[in-house]
Amino acid sequence: MEATEQAPLDVEAIRADFPILEREVADGRDLVYLDNAATSQTPDQVVDAIADYYRRYNSNVHRGLHELSQEASVAYEDAHDKLAEFVGGEDREEMVFTKNTTEAENLVAFAWGLNELGPGDEVVLTQMEHHASLVTWQQVAEKTGAEVKYIPITDEGYLDMDAAAEMITEDTQLVNVVHVSNTLGTVNPVGDLADIAHDHDAFIFVDGAQAAPTRPVDVQEIDADFYAFSGHKMLGPTGIGCLYGKRHLLEAMEPYLYGGMMIKKVTYEDSTWNDLPWKFEAGTPVIAQGVALAEAVDYIEDVGMEAIQAHEEELTEYAYDRLTETGDVDVYGPPGDDRGAVVSFNVDGIHAHDLSSILNDYGVAIRAGDHCTQPLHDTLGVAASARASFYLYNTREEVDALVDAVDEARDIFA
Amino acid sequence: MSMGSDMYRQQILDHYRNPRNQGELPEPTFSHEGYNPSCGDELEFDVELRDDGETIERVAFRGEGCAISQASASMLSEKLPGMTLDEVDELDRDDVLDMLGVEVTPMRIKCAVLSEKVVQDGAEIYAGEADEVDQTTTED
Repeated sequence: MEATEQAPLDVEAIRADFPILEREVADGRDLVYLDNAATSQTPDQVVDAIADYYRRYNSNVHRGLHELSQEASVAYEDAHDKLAEFVGGEDREEMVFTKNTTEAENLVAFAWGLNELGPGDEVVLTQMEHHASLVTWQQVAEKTGAEVKYIPITDEGYLDMDAAAEMITEDTQLVNVVHVSNTLGTVNPVGDLADIAHDHDAFIFVDGAQAAPTRPVDVQEIDADFYAFSGHKMLGPTGIGCLYGKRHLLEAMEPYLYGGMMIKKVTYEDSTWNDLPWKFEAGTPVIAQGVALAEAVDYIEDVGMEAIQAHEEELTEYAYDRLTETGDVDVYGPPGDDRGAVVSFNVDGIHAHDLSSILNDYGVAIRAGDHCTQPLHDTLGVAASARASFYLYNTREEVDALVDAVDEARDIFA
Repeated sequence: MSMGSDMYRQQILDHYRNPRNQGELPEPTFSHEGYNPSCGDELEFDVELRDDGETIERVAFRGEGCAISQASASMLSEKLPGMTLDEVDELDRDDVLDMLGVEVTPMRIKCAVLSEKVVQDGAEIYAGEADEVDQTTTED
């Protein structure tokens, strides 16, 4: 490889922060972790932030007046600012912590969809939506009488934007689109879709689960009304997701969950709601996770999101080229030089689950299945696919290990 | 070598590539299909009983899916003729794993046992011991 092609990331130094990458699997093989679209690994700095919270200032927030509670409250509130800023939001009031992206979808579905939608209304999704939004809006439609429509994809795996322009109409109340497809890798023109939605007085919810970890996101530039992502896919812990929402929308919405912390004044007869974002965070919230996710953002920003994106794009293109060089591999989605850091594929004559089982013997961890996009797999005409996905700590040597292991599987099934 | 590749011994691959009793029976006594959501495996079995109404004369199956599920169906199709429905009912996971003769990793057990579940459910429905269901799934 020529030096000029090197992405400006010190991958060796980065890998030193992730001890899990040193471990062996499958009876002594080096782990080759290529399942980052499912969950990313966690650097020492983030693990330390969790441990530090529990060792030094573990306490409930917004209740105790004691010193520990104050420290925990300030750290937890600051984490909201940090995550809001991370995606270009104004401040903490626009940043709600949830359990994951799926819960962020459900929050808007319950707090807004069930209250506002009715017969004649339409929710426009895409054929590449994740079950997180697809199943959720299906259910809202069933309960409210609204209709769900799907923007089709082209043969190359892009959204059919002509169809989108026709499908989004005055009846459309919400457009829900995945920013980067977790299966095809397609990077969708979410800003253009936001414009179309807003021209028809519809809102747009952007599922950023695969985008926020891997590229700079600016919700104001996109003009997204809602933008959701998950902590565990961006070096953070499990159990926390983020919902950005425009302030005036979040203010107008009913709560999603009821209980402590989300209230202002409670009597036996009635209650009033707390300020944003706490109105949407009932009960003891995700304190340790929030503090740790803020640390993950620091880590990403120290490395540099542009550098991370460039590194991933280079690896993705390399993987695409290497996997397709034999001619018996179908890769789904756009060309290798125009996609997010996922490569979903099938090898002729080998079921994705068989492939994944064999790859595991060579230490290579990939995802196999429908990746929570069953209808999309139906559209592609396959029951399942194998998916390799990359992050800042992956190397070209790991892509080579993947390709070599695929060769071994070919030999077994030859 | 660890467990995963061990699953793909020659016998499994042979049955996967050259499935025995693949196809349809002209006059099956009963048919039943099943689905394994974890892999997307599909199987449909036709079973023909002897005149005694309880002994399997022959079977045929159709399916799509991973090597483990399809090899399991092929091997089971060779084992079933001559067995009574009561004997089929007594088959369990260990019998299927013994039949396969390889160590199946925990995540792939559902692939391995789909064929057995499909035939058992079909037999029970035929005997009136179970409610009619369109499709067996490994999630039940």
